[in-house]
Amino acid sequence: MNKTLNQKAWLFVIPVFVLVAFNAAVPLMTVVNYSFQETFGSNVFAWEGTRWFKEILHSERFHASLGRQIIFTFIILVIQLPLGIGIALTMPKKGWGVPVCLILMSMPLLIPWNVVGAMWNIFALPDIGFLGNSLNTLGFDYNFTQQSGDAWFTTILMDVWHWTSLVVLLSYAGLNSIQPAYYQAAEIDGASRWDIFRYIELPKMKKVLTLAILLRFMDSFMIYTEPFVLTGGGPGNATNFLSLDLVKMALGQFDLGPAAAMSLIYFLIVLLICWIFYTIMMKDEGRT
Amino acid sequence: MNFYILIKTTGWLIMAKITLKNLSHSYLLKQSRDEDWALRDVNIDWKNGGAYALLGPSGCGKTTLLNIISGLLKPTKGEVLFDDKNMTALNPVERDIAQIFQFPVIYDTMTVYNNLAFPLKNRGLSETEIDSKVKEIGEMLELTSTLNNKASGLTADGKQKISLGRGLVRSDVNVIMFDEPLTVIDPHLKWVLRSKLKELHQKINRTMIYVTHDQIEALTFADQVVVMHEGQIVQTGTPVELFEKPKHTFVGHFIGSPGMNILPCAIENGQINFEGKILPNKINTKKNNFKTLQVGIRPEFINFSEDGIEVKIRRVSDTGRHKVVDAECSSGNIKILANSSTQIPSGNAHITFNQKYTYAYGDNWIIE
Repeated sequence: MNKTLNQKAWLFVIPVFVLVAFNAAVPLMTVVNYSFQETFGSNVFAWEGTRWFKEILHSERFHASLGRQIIFTFIILVIQLPLGIGIALTMPKKGWGVPVCLILMSMPLLIPWNVVGAMWNIFALPDIGFLGNSLNTLGFDYNFTQQSGDAWFTTILMDVWHWTSLVVLLSYAGLNSIQPAYYQAAEIDGASRWDIFRYIELPKMKKVLTLAILLRFMDSFMIYTEPFVLTGGGPGNATNFLSLDLVKMALGQFDLGPAAAMSLIYFLIVLLICWIFYTIMMKDEGRT
Repeated sequence: MNFYILIKTTGWLIMAKITLKNLSHSYLLKQSRDEDWALRDVNIDWKNGGAYALLGPSGCGKTTLLNIISGLLKPTKGEVLFDDKNMTALNPVERDIAQIFQFPVIYDTMTVYNNLAFPLKNRGLSETEIDSKVKEIGEMLELTSTLNNKASGLTADGKQKISLGRGLVRSDVNVIMFDEPLTVIDPHLKWVLRSKLKELHQKINRTMIYVTHDQIEALTFADQVVVMHEGQIVQTGTPVELFEKPKHTFVGHFIGSPGMNILPCAIENGQINFEGKILPNKINTKKNNFKTLQVGIRPEFINFSEDGIEVKIRRVSDTGRHKVVDAECSSGNIKILANSSTQIPSGNAHITFNQKYTYAYGDNWIIE
């Protein structure tokens, strides 16, 4: 085989390389550098090997915030997925209701994260906030700034409000791509509503739901801005999730080495869980 | 009770004759013009156990008609009767019909076996009954070796067999309907599946309705073909009738390849006057205020002769079995089909029409 040598194509790829280098590789390498060294400021570094990693992996504090993070993400997924699918199933498929529903659903997604945090902070204030005040008037002892249970409740409610729409929109798109013939065939076969959901809608939504779960997992696992504005990780450490803890360590205490090591461990956990999940969900796809 | 079981297990007893009375359907809320109707005044009488085809181009209303028969669509006007029983208001399950769609509809997550068993389970049959039925149909459709595979792993024709099988496993089916079922099947498998369907029809002897835009599919499958055009039935007949005596110019065009030659003519004293030549056909019509008058003759029924209508030969294409001659007469283009052994004159020639197969059409409908 005589191949003509033509390397010009590389020229087209270079801009991408540069872009990726500056937005991913270079910052990441900085973190890697910090994670293996001790810094005393003014660019003086000392080699520490894997010390920071060992420290983080054995630290109570890291275990606690990782535990909180896993529980939070788990609750978020358990609530938002069924709720999102449920709402998508009840949304109209044609007529004037479609744009109305779509706009209503997109609204929370368009609000900046810290605004969401601020909104909910005020909304949930026990004395003047509508939610907090109403709950207290109804006889609940509700104070999210003092009681950790209330803080969790408020954070989860806020996230459900902010992000369930994403699951709804993805599920809705998935549902709409199902050909009417499937419903007609099911009707002829005498399938129940549950059968239709179980054997037609759910399998056909598999791809968008995989996407929804991945996105919701990643976003909730890395949640920062909203709880930062809402609770600041409090009361105490009750809502101190991984990102909040990481920022406290890096910028609050200036422990750059351990913070860098924690970042990498954090990153690897997210990557690993996503990979495992994706592999499981896509196991059967190759054959179709 | 015993009689009921007999009906459930034998099937043939409850097959139905299908009658459509003055069916019209529109997808619009208000209808003012003819074009607003997807279906106009359809009347059909179908016998028990026959094989029928609905033939027509895309958008002629054939799928609409099929969905009305199956109960997926409620007609705007008219009635659907199975064995003289009014079914118009009933849903597909109550009508006991089976329908096979354009592309394979299968339950992806189920095995082939469960796909076939699904309609039976929903109807509350016992496990043993289901098992024997599924195995029987699996065998009939040559799916036995794949029964325990996931349905999503099969090829397009395998999947379409599953959709077909889900209709066949049920013994209570009044009619099996096919909505262009071979669209996604590879050409070489189309023939196989089509003969399979024909064979099945003879074996199980159920009423089958086959919707298609492909004349070959319709003509090879059905005993009776219903040709539809712009929401109306233009002709119902056997393949031979449709070919030899099209009742509407559309049927002439649509059936046969190349289609019928349709050329302007006049009628004088009960005879067709075509280009100044009086054709011997007798026309008995009292009506004489047609907007258009045309003569129709299939290319197969035109012969070259010493004298007759004068034509100019434009082009001859030899397809191997016969020659297609493109000619031109003073009122338009005309196609002639001749045996491949026939000597085609070049330049100017004369042709005559076979009288038996020459028809006059007034406003596109045959005048007899």
